[in-house]
Amino acid sequence: MAQISSNLLYIAFVLYLVATFFFAGAIKDKRGQTEKKQNKWAIIGISITVIGFIAQIGYFITRWIASGHAPVSNLFEFTTFFGMMLVGAFIVIYMIYKTPALGVFTLPVAVLVIAYASMFPRDISPLIPALQSDWLHIHVTTAAAGEAILAISFAAGLIYLLKSVDQSKRSKSTFWLEATMFTLVTTLGFVLVATTFSMMDYKADFIYMDKNNIEAKASYTLPPLIGPHEGKLQTPDKMEPLAEVPAMINAKKMNTVVWSIVAGIVLYGIIRLILRKRIAAKLQPLVKNINLDLVDEIGYRAVMIGFPIFTLGALIFAMIWAQIAWTRFWGWDPKEVWALITFLFYAAFLHLRLSRGWHGEKSAWLAMIGFIIIMFNLIAVNLIIAGLHSYA
Amino acid sequence: MAEVKCECGHVNPHGTVLCEACGRLLDETQADNKLVEMRYEGSARRSQTYNKTIVDKIWNFFSSVKVGVWLIVITLVASAVGTILPQEMYIPPNVPPEQHYEQEYGWFGKLYYQLGFHNLYSSWWYLILIALIGTSILIASIDRFFPLYRSLKKQKVSRHESFLKRQRVFGITKGENIETDFEEIKKNLRNQRYNVREENGNILAEKGRFSRWGPYVNHIGLIVFLIGAMLRFVPGMYVDELVWLREGETKEMPGTKGEYYLSSEKFILEVYDKEKDDKDFTAAIDKTGMIAKNYQSDVTLYERVGKVIPGEKPELKKIKEDQIKVNQPLKHDRYAAYQVDYKLDELNKMKLNLTNKKSGEQFGMVTVDLYNPKPKYELKKGYSVELMSYFPDFEFAENGEPSTKSRIPNNPAFIFKMFTPDKPKGEVSFVAIKQTLEPLGDNDYKMTFAGIETKNVSALTIRKDLTLWIIFLGGVIFMIGVVQGAYWNHRRIWLQKKDGEIMLAGHTNKNWHGLKRDINRVIENTIIDEPADQLQEKKSANKGEDN
Ligand code: HEM
Repeated sequence: MAQISSNLLYIAFVLYLVATFFFAGAIKDKRGQTEKKQNKWAIIGISITVIGFIAQIGYFITRWIASGHAPVSNLFEFTTFFGMMLVGAFIVIYMIYKTPALGVFTLPVAVLVIAYASMFPRDISPLIPALQSDWLHIHVTTAAAGEAILAISFAAGLIYLLKSVDQSKRSKSTFWLEATMFTLVTTLGFVLVATTFSMMDYKADFIYMDKNNIEAKASYTLPPLIGPHEGKLQTPDKMEPLAEVPAMINAKKMNTVVWSIVAGIVLYGIIRLILRKRIAAKLQPLVKNINLDLVDEIGYRAVMIGFPIFTLGALIFAMIWAQIAWTRFWGWDPKEVWALITFLFYAAFLHLRLSRGWHGEKSAWLAMIGFIIIMFNLIAVNLIIAGLHSYA
Repeated sequence: MAEVKCECGHVNPHGTVLCEACGRLLDETQADNKLVEMRYEGSARRSQTYNKTIVDKIWNFFSSVKVGVWLIVITLVASAVGTILPQEMYIPPNVPPEQHYEQEYGWFGKLYYQLGFHNLYSSWWYLILIALIGTSILIASIDRFFPLYRSLKKQKVSRHESFLKRQRVFGITKGENIETDFEEIKKNLRNQRYNVREENGNILAEKGRFSRWGPYVNHIGLIVFLIGAMLRFVPGMYVDELVWLREGETKEMPGTKGEYYLSSEKFILEVYDKEKDDKDFTAAIDKTGMIAKNYQSDVTLYERVGKVIPGEKPELKKIKEDQIKVNQPLKHDRYAAYQVDYKLDELNKMKLNLTNKKSGEQFGMVTVDLYNPKPKYELKKGYSVELMSYFPDFEFAENGEPSTKSRIPNNPAFIFKMFTPDKPKGEVSFVAIKQTLEPLGDNDYKMTFAGIETKNVSALTIRKDLTLWIIFLGGVIFMIGVVQGAYWNHRRIWLQKKDGEIMLAGHTNKNWHGLKRDINRVIENTIIDEPADQLQEKKSANKGEDN
C-alpha cells in the first residue's frame, strides 16, 4: 500500500509538470486570447491537472489506509497536502475565471512545494498521544486548504506584477520582483542539490561539541561546506568542512541553507546567461494578453474565499484541539502566533483594499508578502523555531 | 447643523454627499469625478462631519481605518518579535530566566530578557494594543453602521441620470421595441434570483443586500471574543492548577476548594511495538528509537461529604472511575483533569534490615514509607527502631549538617536509633544510599539495605474555564460574519427607459466579474448592448493601450 501511495504521488507530480506546459501553450496560442473561450491547449491542460489531482488524492487515501491516520502528521505529509490543496484551489478558481495564465504560475509552485516536501523524511510514522485526535486532522486539513487558497492570490499577484512592472528600466519594483524569482529558483536549487546527493547516498558523520560542551553526533547528507563546532569527521574519504560555526548555531541546517543559496546563485546565473535579461522581463511577453483587472480581482477573490477557511481551520479548529490536547485553547506557541500573524496580515490586506483603495499593484505586493508569511509558518517555523508543533 | 436640500426636493442630513433620494451629487467638489464613491452611498458619517470637540477627535481617530490598520500591523510585528526566542513559559524551569536567556543566546538573549520580550504576550503594552484594536473595531463599526443602515433602507428605484452615469458599469442602448426587451430582462433578473422593483418604468434589481452586514457581524464576534478573553481575569472564572498524583495516593483536586478529591490507581505508558503494531511503522520506529503510544492515568474521582473540619480527614463519596489520556480529559462539574506529565519509577518505599554486624544475623525488616514515615517500628520482641530524622532529598548543608533539598525522595537518608536487648539505650546510625555513618562511636548493629518499592506519578492539570462558551460564541459570530460578507455580494442593477433609450448601470461591493456575468445573462436575447466597465476604460485611456 505504501508503495502504491508513493507511485501515485509521483504520477501526480509529473502530470502537474506536463499540465504547466499545456497552459503555457494556451496563453501563447493567439486564439486563446479572449477570456471567454478556452482554447484546446487550455482544455488539455486543465484535464491533465484534474487527473493529476485525482492521482494525488489516491496517494492521500492509500497512505491514510497504510498508516491508519490522515497523512498530515509530519512535515513531508503536511507540505505535500498543502501542495495538493494548492492544485485543488487552482482548479476551483480556474473553473470560475478560465484563465490559463494562472495555471502557468500556480502549478510550478505546487510542483516545487511537493518536491520540497519530498526532501523531508518520508517514513510512515505512528501518532504520538498528543496527535491522536480527530480535531487535529480537521484542524490541519482546513488550515492547509485555507492557506492554499490564499496562496492563489500570490500567483495572481505575481502575474499582475509581471505584466504591470515596467521592465525597461531598473526600479525597486523590478528588484523585488526579481528577488521573488530568485527565491523560487533557490528552492529549485535546493531540491536539485538534495536530490542529487541523496541519489548518491551521500553521508558524512561528525562528532562535535555542542553548546553545553558535550560530545554530540551529526550526520550530514550534503557535503559539509559548514562544519559543526570542533567537528571531527568520522566518515573516511569525505571532504573536510570549509568553515566552522560556533556551538550556538545548528551547523547542519546552516549547511543546507548555504548549499541552497549557492545552488540558487549558480542556477540563477546560468539562467541569466542564457536569457540575457531579468527572468521577470523574459516572462513578461507571456502575460501580455492578461487583463490586469481580472487578475487583480482573482487575487482579491482568492483572499476572500481563503480568509474564512483559514480562520476556521488555523484558529478556531486549532483552538478547539488545543483546548482538548494541551488543556488551553491558546498558548502562544510560535506556530500559533504565526497563524495569528497570518490572520492579522490578511485582515490588514482586506481593510487596505476595501477602505483605503489599495488595488492593483499595491494589492499584488501585499499578496506576495502574505505568501511569504504562509510559507514561513509552514516550513521555517518548524525548522528554525521549534515549538509544540515541531512534529518532524 | 445645516441640512442639505437637493434639487429634487429631498432634505438630507448635514454631510451627505449623494442625495439619499435621487442620487444627485451634493458635494460640488466631486463634480469632476467620472465615478461616484459608492461605499456608504454618500451618507453622512459622524467622523467625516464633526471635528470640533475632543470627543470628536478621539472618535475620528478610532474610526479611521488607517489607524485601525496601523494598530493591526503593529500588533502583528510585536507578535512576531515574541517568537524570535522562546517565551518564558517554554524554557526549562530549573534555571532562572535571567541566566537562561544570556547563557543560551548571548548578548541578544540578555537584551531580549531586559526588554521584557520573554513575557511579551502578557506585557501591559501588548494588552493595550489589543484593547486599542478592540476600541477601534467598536467605534469604526458604530460610525459606519448608521449611514449604511440609512443608505440601504432608502434604496430608491428611480435615480437621477447623473447617478447612473457615474456608476462603474454603465451602458446606453438606443432601439425600437424596447418594451418586450424590458419584460424579458425583468424575467431574466428574477430567474437570477434578483429582487426586482419597478417604478415609472425604472427598474432596480438587487440581491445579497444582507451581505453588507457581514463586516459588522464579524466585528461584533471579535468584540465578544475579546470580552470573553478578558473575563478570565475575573475571580472564579478560571482555574489552572497542576497536581502530581502517585499511584495509590488520594489528593484534593486543587482549585476546587476541597470539594473534589482524586486518587490514582495506576499510570500507564505504552510505546509502539515493531512486532505488534503496523509493519509500515518499522522504519520510523528504528529511526527514532521509541515512539510513545499512550499516556494514561487510571483515576477515581471523589466528592467530599459534609463540611471541611480542619485537621480531620474528609469523608469522601466515590463519583466515578475514569481513564485520563492525552486528548481525553476527565470531566465533571465544569472541572476537567488533563494528563500532562508523568514520572516513572519514583522511589516510594525503602526496606532495611536490622542486622548484627558481627554475626550477620537479622532481627526484622523495616519498611519506610518515604512519603509518610512512622516514628517508630516495632520488630521482634525486644527489638525496635526509632526514626530520629528523615531527609528525603539529602545533602550536606554548608555548615556540614545534613539537610534536605526538597520533599521528594530523590536521595533519602535517615537517622535511626536501634534498640536491642543488649543495647537497651539504643545505638544511633546515619543511613543514606550506599553509606552508613556512626556518629556516636562504633555500633554493634546496623541497618542494611533490603530493597525498594517504586511508583509511577502522573501530573494532571486541573482546569475550569467559564469563559469558554463566550469565546466560542465570539468565534461562531465572527465566522458567520466573515462568511456572510465574503461568500455573498451585494449586487444592484438599475435600468431606465427614456426617449427610446435604455440606460443600464450596475454596482457591487465586490466580485465585479460575477456582476458582469449576471448582466450578460440578463441581457442575452435582447437588443441591449453589454455595458462598459468605466474603470477599465479610464485606465486604458490613461495607459494608451488596449486591454
Ligand atoms: C483583527 C481585527 C479585524 C478583523 C479580523 C476584521 C475583519 C474585517 C473583515 C473580514 C471585513 C470585510 C472586508 C472585506 O469585505 O473586504 C472588515 C471590514 C471592515 N473593517 Fe474590520 N476587522 C478587524 C479590525 C478592524 C479595525 C481595527 C477597524 C477600525 C478601523 C476595522 C474597520 C473595518 C471597516 C470600516 C470595514 C468596512 C465595513 C463596510 O464595508 O461597511 N476593522 N473587517
